[in-house]
Amino acid sequence: MTTVIKAENISKQYKISHQKSEGYKTLSDSLSNFGERIINRIKHPLSTTPNEEIETFEALKDINFEIKQGDRIGIIGRNGAGKSTLLKLLSRITAPSTGTIGIKGRVASLLEVGTGFHPELTGRENIFLNGAILGMSKRDIGAKFDEIVSFAEVMKFLDTPVKRYSSGMYVRLAFAIAAHMEPDILIVDEVLAVGDVAFQRKCLGSMQNNATQGRTIIFVSHQMSAINNLCNRGLVLSDGRVRHNSSASSAIDFYLSQNSENREGFSDFSNNNTYRTGNTPLITSVGLLDKKRKAYRSWIKTGETLDIEIRYLIHDIYVDYCFLAFSNTAGERVFSCGTHLDRGFNKKLQGTGKLICSIPNFPLVDGEYTLDVSLGTKARGNLDHISRALSFRVELSNYFQTGQVILPGQGHFAVNSHWSLV
Amino acid sequence: MNEKEYDLVIKANKQLDKAIKEIWQYKDLLFFLAWRDYKVRYKQTVIGALWAFLRPLLTMIVFTIIFGKIAGLPSQGNTPYSIMVFVAMLPWYFFASSFQEGSNALIANSNMISKVYFPRIIVPISSLFVNFIDFLISFAILALILIYYQFMPSINILLLPLVLLLAIAFTIATIFWMSALNVKYRDIRYIVPFIVQFGLYVSPVGFASEVVSSQWRLLYSLNPMVGVIDGFRWCILGDNVSFYWPGFILSIGITLLLLATGYLYFSKTERKFADII
Repeated sequence: MTTVIKAENISKQYKISHQKSEGYKTLSDSLSNFGERIINRIKHPLSTTPNEEIETFEALKDINFEIKQGDRIGIIGRNGAGKSTLLKLLSRITAPSTGTIGIKGRVASLLEVGTGFHPELTGRENIFLNGAILGMSKRDIGAKFDEIVSFAEVMKFLDTPVKRYSSGMYVRLAFAIAAHMEPDILIVDEVLAVGDVAFQRKCLGSMQNNATQGRTIIFVSHQMSAINNLCNRGLVLSDGRVRHNSSASSAIDFYLSQNSENREGFSDFSNNNTYRTGNTPLITSVGLLDKKRKAYRSWIKTGETLDIEIRYLIHDIYVDYCFLAFSNTAGERVFSCGTHLDRGFNKKLQGTGKLICSIPNFPLVDGEYTLDVSLGTKARGNLDHISRALSFRVELSNYFQTGQVILPGQGHFAVNSHWSLV
Repeated sequence: MNEKEYDLVIKANKQLDKAIKEIWQYKDLLFFLAWRDYKVRYKQTVIGALWAFLRPLLTMIVFTIIFGKIAGLPSQGNTPYSIMVFVAMLPWYFFASSFQEGSNALIANSNMISKVYFPRIIVPISSLFVNFIDFLISFAILALILIYYQFMPSINILLLPLVLLLAIAFTIATIFWMSALNVKYRDIRYIVPFIVQFGLYVSPVGFASEVVSSQWRLLYSLNPMVGVIDGFRWCILGDNVSFYWPGFILSIGITLLLLATGYLYFSKTERKFADII
């Protein structure tokens, strides 16, 4: 396979001025600074000009990688890791401070859907305008016009100004144009996060289609499932450096484990009553255990066994009741479990100790979840309750073994199903 | 890295040699941006393109009254004063509107600049087109005015495209400078309307250049619009105008200088636009 992108020693620095948050300055500032510098120079002719107040921020540090033709490479990293800067360099929006990037073939980048759409213009007019902005020629756009319209499902509204479009229609039209660019290399930032579910599915489908045609794709997403689904390679960035560059699934594992170092997956409540709503402090800590039950982690893959560890300190009473409730980021309680439903534990809790709740084949789909924990007695109910005792992340990963994913809006649970013709 | 293997090599410093070829590759974008500006310009306006008629017409009337009647300034030869003013207004409004819109063009399209790559220089250039259409409309009005006054334009009008070229070159030169400076220094957006307002009175729009006494004439021609306006008048009014060659040549020289430096400044700064816009 030929190398289509080669990056050598790429770094990118941004100047941060401490006085102003904006990058631009006013002329009068520059003039007065210039004046001061000249006066300083006259007063101290031999000293070097001090590099006042301007600090540089290194968004990317000495990046090296190669991308082969037909690779679908997922770029993974937390916010601020340098993902967007890297995409901007590859798509020539901004120039690197040092280093060289070599590119073979036509590049199209989709960092935002609908760039340059003009609200006053009609759908038809915006197709041509946006297509030209993305680098298509008038003839290309004309040839693809009907396909774009039918993909976006906006036939009836072609001659309506896009300012009257629903947000869904707007995004559909914008993505449809981008999806029909047919470049050799397609750079896609997290643009699928918008739009309705059915359309997201369609877009992912069309990108996979692209991939099978030997097109190279560079894809940034926070959704590990989308990366897992679409990409064959993964590149993990953190603090502006490449930390990992291999297969997509190993990159995802690396990213998740690296990320969990920074988040504990463990909350100490022995001296902290902020989130406690119970009357009697009983819970001293809550943690999510890793597979070996030796350390804490802040994430779990769908289908794994979830082990929650609750430490307690109990005087004078016998606790025989525990309740866990899981909520998603929207604040909806997605499910709960407790000793009153299952058989519970056969001993009453007293003194200090650890209680482990184990949920096999953990069913939640990917997302951030929080956990509420209560301890009490069957007779008197909740004695201690901590809301949002723990937050953790769930990754769907390759739960279905088929590479398929559950998209946002398609439900909270991943459930295996068996099909047969009878 | 063996750079010959790649179609595109991105480095910290841009090579200028491919720039012109690249603008050609993106000519469709230039067209669509101009077309967009044209489409959007008169949307949701009641009288639409009529504005392109009204503005020069009203200004002509006011200037004729103030400079011609009240101040009693002389016209050129036996040209009616209003024709002399209107001829000057053609290049002046083309310059002034393009300059105002072009200087702000990068900021107005900042969203595109920070999200997509294309040769940045296309954006300020595209703002010229819609004003060129207005220029053509005004030119049609001039024809009507000439018919009204039964004034026969000179044969020199055949050379008008060359003077127009000078007007376009000067306009582009100023736009290169101002649009690039505007990205970095937002004061430009306050300076530009001031320049336009000021320029209308220091350029010979409402009066003939001959009003300026001959010892100051060359200095006066440091403003390239003086050369452009004199050129326009000479082309249309013919022998009624005494053509001042040194001033015209000075205008060409200054225009070329501004164009070259403006282009260099623009190319030098354009790679930082996305970072600071």
